[in-house]
Amino acid sequence: MSELVFTNVTVRFGHHTAVDDVSLTVPAGQVMGLVGESGSGKSTLAATAVGLRKPTSGHIRADGKVQMVFQDPYSSLDPRMSIGNSIAEAMPRGTDKKAEVARLLELVNLDPGRATALPARLSGGQRQRVALARALAGHPRVVIADEITSALDVSVQGAVLNLVRDLQRQLGLSMLFISHNLAVVRYVSDRIAVMKAGRIVEEGPAGQVLEDPQHEYTRELLAAAPRRHTRLEAS
Amino acid sequence: MRRLTVLRSPVGAASAVLLTILLALAIFAPLLWGDRAAAINTDALQQGPSADHLLGTDQLGRDIFFRVLVATRLTIGLALLATVIGVATGLVLGSVPSVLPRWAARIVTSAVNIAVAFPGLLLALFFAVIFGTGTIGAALAIAFAITPSFARLTQTLTASVSGRDFIAAARVCGVGRFRLLTRHVLPNIAEPLVINATLAAGSALTAFAGLSFLGIGVQAPSYDWGRLLGEGLNRIYISPAPALGPAVAVVLAGLAFNLFGEAAAAGHRQRSHRAATLAPKTTSAPADAGLLTVRNLHVSFPGGITPVRGVSFTVHKGEMIGVVGESGSGKSLTALAVSRLVEHPGTVTADTLEFNGKPLDRTPDRELGTRLAMVFQDPTTSFNPTKRIGRQIAEVSEVHQGLGRGAAARKAVDRLDAVRIPEPERRAKQYPHEFSGGMRQRAMIAMGLMGEPQLVIADEPTTALDVTVQREVLKLLARIRQDRSAAVLLISHDITVVAQTCDRVLVMYAGRIVEELPTDELFTAARHPYTTALLKAVPDLDTDRDAPLAVIPGRPPEPGEIGRGCPFAPRCPLADDQCRTEEPELTTHRQDHRVACWKSETELAGVR
Repeated sequence: MSELVFTNVTVRFGHHTAVDDVSLTVPAGQVMGLVGESGSGKSTLAATAVGLRKPTSGHIRADGKVQMVFQDPYSSLDPRMSIGNSIAEAMPRGTDKKAEVARLLELVNLDPGRATALPARLSGGQRQRVALARALAGHPRVVIADEITSALDVSVQGAVLNLVRDLQRQLGLSMLFISHNLAVVRYVSDRIAVMKAGRIVEEGPAGQVLEDPQHEYTRELLAAAPRRHTRLEAS
Repeated sequence: MRRLTVLRSPVGAASAVLLTILLALAIFAPLLWGDRAAAINTDALQQGPSADHLLGTDQLGRDIFFRVLVATRLTIGLALLATVIGVATGLVLGSVPSVLPRWAARIVTSAVNIAVAFPGLLLALFFAVIFGTGTIGAALAIAFAITPSFARLTQTLTASVSGRDFIAAARVCGVGRFRLLTRHVLPNIAEPLVINATLAAGSALTAFAGLSFLGIGVQAPSYDWGRLLGEGLNRIYISPAPALGPAVAVVLAGLAFNLFGEAAAAGHRQRSHRAATLAPKTTSAPADAGLLTVRNLHVSFPGGITPVRGVSFTVHKGEMIGVVGESGSGKSLTALAVSRLVEHPGTVTADTLEFNGKPLDRTPDRELGTRLAMVFQDPTTSFNPTKRIGRQIAEVSEVHQGLGRGAAARKAVDRLDAVRIPEPERRAKQYPHEFSGGMRQRAMIAMGLMGEPQLVIADEPTTALDVTVQREVLKLLARIRQDRSAAVLLISHDITVVAQTCDRVLVMYAGRIVEELPTDELFTAARHPYTTALLKAVPDLDTDRDAPLAVIPGRPPEPGEIGRGCPFAPRCPLADDQCRTEEPELTTHRQDHRVACWKSETELAGVR
């Protein structure tokens, strides 16, 4: 099967330790949500999994290809390249690129006829779907989604989250889903890991982590997450 | 289409015409007048200007006017050749470091950096000596003189593009370094490079003329403008025309290239940076009293784009009002208009725009500076990184309240304490980078508290902050309102944030308020289909995980796309013909509850 396993991964930038001895397993065919605040090392950990950054120590094992979807759909697509070409670029040699591009665009609910469009013609939500299609083009077994909805309008975010969930189930992908938004992570994840200052402070099944948090910091995050029916009074 | 924007400016159009004429001359002049320019006439040696010979003749009696025209081809051709070689070499030197192994890249980069330190003309003279006198030598000399600055430019641009996510994305997809360079990097830096190449062609032309003039460029019997200028100069006191003719040609051609490049660059800058300056315009009419009264506010930009289209609301003393909307809904521009910060070419108009009972455009800056505080989204860019936090906060009181330096500094420390920054005295002496994001945002609020604000406008004050910090900042705003009875206008894309803190909510869509209601009723009695859809579409900690999220099809319209009818109609499940043709007004549904929707209560109940 296709697990993604981080074993004692440490990443240092000079004296700063961004990721501190992290061991984490994304189980095959499941979604691992990773929450934490900015600077907690979430994105750095993700970068090591796709080889954008080398860990200072420790190692990462993935069975099968790992692909990544980035946060900002406005900068993650080459503005001078048609979306079809961007997707085709990620395909293995010898694929029938045209047909495959059409299939992938259809998979992410976009009109295959738009393959020749430049990213500027697309809205943020559509661009993020193209980015998702590109990530799927290399037939990955593991996908890393790094804050993929935080640059989107709230009315569009839901459609992308639904799509991610559908595709993950349909294709049996293993997924590391990173977000600072606990509500979003809760919605898509089977398990949740909480990261703070480079370390994983808590990890477990989503329901358990949310309902019975063990670590002080998880409780703090849960308390801080905005809820509809509680009013925030002046302290 | 985009390339033609150059031609829209007068300078761009004039230089384009000039360039076209030059190119036409370069192509056709030798064919048409080559013979006349070469014809030796021993009866008319070194004559001055006449009807037969407009610029006179040279020492062999050849017509200088035609020689200038014919020389266009060689002059422009050589300038372009030198530019092409120079730019191409520069491009290679500038981009190979991204393909080479690190140690080799470092050597190339250092070599370029050293070469950049030498003045271009000095390099050209140096290379001219090495390559020997003659046309090819001079062309290479000028080409290599251009090279270093181009290599450097390419490096800088490449570096800026390489940091973008799409490069990382391509790398993750397994795209090789060479393909990354040719397919992703170069196309994205082409525009500034082409512009600079045009400018470089202008300098190459004048530099070439200089070399020929000095005798180390084009050699007889070939001739370019520089050489003609040199020949004419010998007798400039007897007859100036033979020297002035080629001189004017050099100047005109140099100008044509440079101005065209400048115009293209200006067009490029305009596209990549659309900003605006100040021109508030308000007309006032009586309105019911409130701290802030806004009636029929419009903010428009040239080109018929009106992102805020008739917004009316009232903020009462000590009230906390939330404005919710997505990007492009006009919520931020509304806030900017209220604080008089809409920049040119944006124009603000309103039937009423009153703060504290006075028309806003007649409120003196000093009063506005102390009574109204603004908190922006990104606390990192709101502070000057080179000045201490305490100093920057104190300045507000020095400018607006005429406090002395010492008194202002003490007040700043007091206000930092008020926003619960620990050890305010020590913190006041620190620089912005020593503060965390949440602390900077609190310091920003402290700055607003230096006056006696009656209204705090906070535009997405917590969007850039972590959730735990977000809660602290929101609590702080609530406390300011409690302790100082200041009103707060909180602008946010996050409906849950607003629901938690505000008394009333204004929901904006496509430049208008579509619903206004008390926060208590938000989850029970919201009527507008957009509001109800938004509430369902955003997941929170109580959302059902097993059901798919509710989705609003389509996307919010851009300010330029708003046409007839209700702007939400294309995404609305209830839309009918009336919705698509007539835009509903915001009407009072019940006390404290206004809605802009054609649908009746029973029809709306179906989608809730």
